[in-house]
Amino acid sequence: MKQDIILAGVGGQGILSIAYVIDNAALADGLFFKQAEVHGMAQRGGAVQSHMRLSDGTIWSDLIPKGEADMILSVEPLEALRYLDYLRPDGIVVTSSTPFRNIPDYPEIDKVLEALHKAPRSVVVDSEKLAKEAGTVKAQNVVLLGAASSFLIIKEASLLGTIETLFGGRGPAVLESNLKAFALGKKAALGS
Amino acid sequence: MSRQILLGDEAVALGAVHAGLSAAYSYPGTPASEILEYLVRLAAETQAFTAVWSVNEKVAYEEALGASFAGKRALVSFKHVGLNVAADPFMNSAITGANGGFLVVSADDPGMHSSQNEQDSRYYVQFAQIFGYEPSDHQEAYDMAREAFDVSERFGLPVLMRLVTRLSHSRSPVATREPRPQNELNKGLAKDWILLPVNARRRFGQLLDRQAEMVRFGEASRFNVLRLAEGDRKLGVIASGVAYNYFREALAGEPGLPSFLKVSTYPLPEGLIRELVGHVETVLVLEDGYPFIERQIQGLFGIPGKTVLGKLSGALPASGELSPDIVRRALGRPPLPALAPSGLPLAGRPPQLCVGCSHADTFKALNKALEGASGSNVFSDIGCYTLGALPPYNAIHSCVCMGASIGMARGASDVGLHPAVSVIGDSTFAHSGITPLLGAAQADTDMTVIILDNATTAMTGGQPTYGSGERLLRLVEGLGVPKEHLRTIEPLPKNHDKNVQIIKDEIGHRGLSVIVAVRECVQEQRKKRS
Repeated sequence: MKQDIILAGVGGQGILSIAYVIDNAALADGLFFKQAEVHGMAQRGGAVQSHMRLSDGTIWSDLIPKGEADMILSVEPLEALRYLDYLRPDGIVVTSSTPFRNIPDYPEIDKVLEALHKAPRSVVVDSEKLAKEAGTVKAQNVVLLGAASSFLIIKEASLLGTIETLFGGRGPAVLESNLKAFALGKKAALGS
Repeated sequence: MSRQILLGDEAVALGAVHAGLSAAYSYPGTPASEILEYLVRLAAETQAFTAVWSVNEKVAYEEALGASFAGKRALVSFKHVGLNVAADPFMNSAITGANGGFLVVSADDPGMHSSQNEQDSRYYVQFAQIFGYEPSDHQEAYDMAREAFDVSERFGLPVLMRLVTRLSHSRSPVATREPRPQNELNKGLAKDWILLPVNARRRFGQLLDRQAEMVRFGEASRFNVLRLAEGDRKLGVIASGVAYNYFREALAGEPGLPSFLKVSTYPLPEGLIRELVGHVETVLVLEDGYPFIERQIQGLFGIPGKTVLGKLSGALPASGELSPDIVRRALGRPPLPALAPSGLPLAGRPPQLCVGCSHADTFKALNKALEGASGSNVFSDIGCYTLGALPPYNAIHSCVCMGASIGMARGASDVGLHPAVSVIGDSTFAHSGITPLLGAAQADTDMTVIILDNATTAMTGGQPTYGSGERLLRLVEGLGVPKEHLRTIEPLPKNHDKNVQIIKDEIGHRGLSVIVAVRECVQEQRKKRS
């Protein structure tokens, strides 16, 4: 049993928090993992990705070879497109439809979404709307994690347990909105 | 035994702690920062050892060396170019030797994710003629760090561990073991540590005498793995560090493996290399960084009757970071079937200054003040403000190494460039801007130094800084900068016109002036609020 995931987004969107939740949930499930991430210069508003590899056996490379990723999980639609050539032909794209426009030449969003829908399997959720509905626009990353959860080889209870550990210390309101964000993301993905 | 999720950097740090570490020093730099970040957190929790962000890497090295002199186990860590700053004590510590176990961790950045070059720290291991480790994964990073202190004490020498970005910044579970107690105080012998020529000659002789033993030690190390494929004499692979992972990844689904040697220690395990090369016709060398192993085994004339493939031969790219795909290709395996790119032109998303960053306001004011100047007058330095090179600012014209901006502005001014402006952050100024400013102050050089005081080392995640606020102003004045040309500005949009005028005035002054732009980093402000 193994699963390779490219996590993508823009520096500051909480990619590493998603990675943290999956890492800890994987450990709780008894899986081995390697998760390569980006620190330093690129974190300043640049494109950020993390290679997340889960397995019950040996994992050699920290990086996912092109064509080996089972999933692209992105908090930003343009960033999801950036890594399509890592995806297996039958892989799935789970992404937000909310553009993060901090560059002057951001392409037309309709064309970006059209290109995403051309992927054989794609789940596109309006993370901004759902996060606001959950109580905080900051929880878009957790919306996406919820959207991806039905397709992960990790138990949902392990993911939720780690979310509780991660956000529990920041007060009941923060935890509650993140749990709601997860649930809304999951529901939206299954309905799409 | 317990399992913890650790970054590669953190695995080294925890390995050192469990080896009985007493003191650790560093200066921040990607991808090494997380080593000391982790140690600072752990030291605060346990109060069991010292972990300090030093003023620069040379100072950090000397502090760690002092702890080793006192018989305690010490660690110093930095990014690869940090070892350049520390090269003087580093090279000489191979002559003094280490007393308490001494681990030097140098994190290379193949691909230059956050660096100005791809230099390979394994050359420093060879240059100093000491023992070195190169882990391929997190468990090895932990295990090797533990072992390195024993090896350091065994040979009486510092040991260097080479990391690369890919391992430093990857997370994975690591099995940890019972910690070992710290050493007692046990001072070094003066005759070994006073490097007067008479002592240094003797100590250098002793260093040379240990070389053969180091090679033998590496040959016996469990981290160097030789597998000869019976009956297959065609290809042999020599792979080190993370390149070994890419080799195994590429062939993971296949029934057998070609002969291979995993190299994890330096000096090279010569006997193992001879065995592998003797067994095969073609040797493929896989290493992230420079062709360090390949060049040594190829030599000037090659190996008669054998083919050596690698970066020198063109089998792998000579620059950039290795990847599983590059190694797969070098092994002659076809690419895996993958989804095609969308075809939509994808706008790049380079890093940029944060919204509300003080540097942005300083650059806007500086650009305005320099309107009408000949262009290319601004020498910059290393930090977030290096991003001032990118649009919309295009405000700086050089970035070389820590502290270079002040010396370079002086040199350019000395030969007639005007205006000559230096832009340097407060942490970089403390690191290596003070000494060039001391010289420029005595000469009253015609230049303007702008110190961006945001009260932190921002680019690497907000480590402490030594010269900020009032302390910085007193320091600059103490260096001999005339008080009337030591100005401060607050870089905010509302102060733009005033700031432009101050910069113009000081550029107009045909002697030394220093402008300190004071406003806290927005990221640090945010951290304090949350």
